[in-house]
Amino acid sequence: MSSSSSAALVATDLVKTYRGRRGTPPVRALDGLSIEAAGGSVLALLGPNGAGKSTAVRVLSTLTRPDSGSAAVAGVDVLRAPSAVRRQIGLVAQRPSADPMATGRENLVLAARIQGWTTADAAARAAALLDRFALGAAADRLVKTWSGGMARKLDVALGIVHAPRVLFLDEPTTGLDPEARAELWEHIGRLTAEEQLTVLLTTHYLDEADRMADRIAIVESGRVVVGGTPEQLKRELHGDTVVVEVPPARSGDALDALGRLPGLSAVSADGPTVRARADRGASAVPAVLTALEAAGVPVMSVTVARPSLDDVYLRHVGRTFRAAA
Amino acid sequence: MSAPTAVRPGGLVRHAEFLTARATRALWRQPAFAAATLVQPIIWLLLFGALFRPVAELPGFAAAHGSYLEFITPGVVAMTALFSSGWAGTGYIEDMQRGVMDRLLASPVRRGAMVAGTLAYQALTTVLQTLVVVGIALLAGARFPGGVTGVGVTLLAAVLLSVVVASLSDALALLLRQQEALIGISQFIVLPLQFLSSAVMDTRLSPGWVQAVARYNPVDWAVVASREALTATPDWGAAWPRLAALAALAVVMAALATRAFRTYQRSL
Repeated sequence: MSSSSSAALVATDLVKTYRGRRGTPPVRALDGLSIEAAGGSVLALLGPNGAGKSTAVRVLSTLTRPDSGSAAVAGVDVLRAPSAVRRQIGLVAQRPSADPMATGRENLVLAARIQGWTTADAAARAAALLDRFALGAAADRLVKTWSGGMARKLDVALGIVHAPRVLFLDEPTTGLDPEARAELWEHIGRLTAEEQLTVLLTTHYLDEADRMADRIAIVESGRVVVGGTPEQLKRELHGDTVVVEVPPARSGDALDALGRLPGLSAVSADGPTVRARADRGASAVPAVLTALEAAGVPVMSVTVARPSLDDVYLRHVGRTFRAAA
Repeated sequence: MSAPTAVRPGGLVRHAEFLTARATRALWRQPAFAAATLVQPIIWLLLFGALFRPVAELPGFAAAHGSYLEFITPGVVAMTALFSSGWAGTGYIEDMQRGVMDRLLASPVRRGAMVAGTLAYQALTTVLQTLVVVGIALLAGARFPGGVTGVGVTLLAAVLLSVVVASLSDALALLLRQQEALIGISQFIVLPLQFLSSAVMDTRLSPGWVQAVARYNPVDWAVVASREALTATPDWGAAWPRLAALAALAVVMAALATRAFRTYQRSL
């Protein structure tokens, strides 16, 4: 484990297969997944539904056991000492995880007491968290009366109420409106910094991973296809895609003309479609048109596309996100 | 690799206490449900008491016992324990459908404490319901010469039965993971258990096969034990073995419910 001595979270070659429903073959949810997160960092698992992100969280948070592979959280072996791991982790599951028939405060106090906190410490911690998440006004109302955004903030507070060393956030903002998402991002960002948490975040939002994570691992069919810092991944995805339609016979000429144009990269042709990447696609369009006109290539259409999760997938998985999902 | 330094979480009993308190508080917050929980056994006592009263006039019917109301009181106590405990697992399913179950399973709460929490809550409910049934029966004119000992044994038998059935319901919830399936199967088991016992009918007057089945029916064990204990001259030779069998079954069922968490977690 020398390479991972500073890692708060390591998983190596995790495999997990679920028995298929009657008549269907077994589903291999994890197929050799390996990840590593340094202490105090945020690692995002990015991928479509069914990629295995949540299964990875379930294995690492001791909810279920893998068929093979190994994992350690906060230096403790997940398979050999699950109960020791449970004292070091907080889990924010995909579904709302507060008791609707209890108030926000009661939920937090119970969660802290379960972890061995005294009544007084639990109450103080609950009050502090309610305050920090701006939930004070609703604190003593039953959670079943809370809005989705408020309940989700409480879920995160429940995940960290006992000051764990590692926090699992399984799709924390799915289903929230943009405003609530932005607010939750801000809270999580501040808390992870203040509490020096190591966070494993799963998401299918590129912007969420970008905003929150120190490192991103793109997960597809139960394994990590590419990993790196958001900067590294974005560098590859940097800029927009400019797509030009030309008569099929002239695409070779268009390729030559655009290949010589400064500011464009990754120029490629596929039948009548010529693609290129540009830092700012809209500003590149006049130059593209001028260059093609100078080369005598008639242009049938020009479109500019912002990079999307589809592009990440197209690049690393060889098919689009939608096809994968 | 540093050893975990977090505060040591409390033990099984502590955790069970927290979870029992949580369930009790939720019940308290649904006054209509709480009221129904207490009113339903009263209705059963009076309804069955009136409905089946003529059977007490059958020749050979439980001559040793007094009125039909006195006969049926232990039966309604057991029925009440049986029917309310059959629902015990629905709490698990609600927790599964939300992320509450996942959160608890990823915390230091032991699976045994999660089972004990639901059982203690059910036992508490059963004690209250039993006291209500016995109280109403007394108000309606029934007399139990067995006195405090008799009522104590009745409470014990009802609680043990409730632990048996609630454990079964918990285990089914963990295996089925679906409210409709749990309630369907639970009803399917609970109703025959009630009628294949001496809860409302003296089984000596029932067909031979019913008597044979009743001998192995935990509902009948609870009914016979408490009915004996409530008489002036209890046949302890009939009561104690049945209570012992109930207690043993309760332990086995609670262990099975705890084991069912493994199956549940394998499917996660």
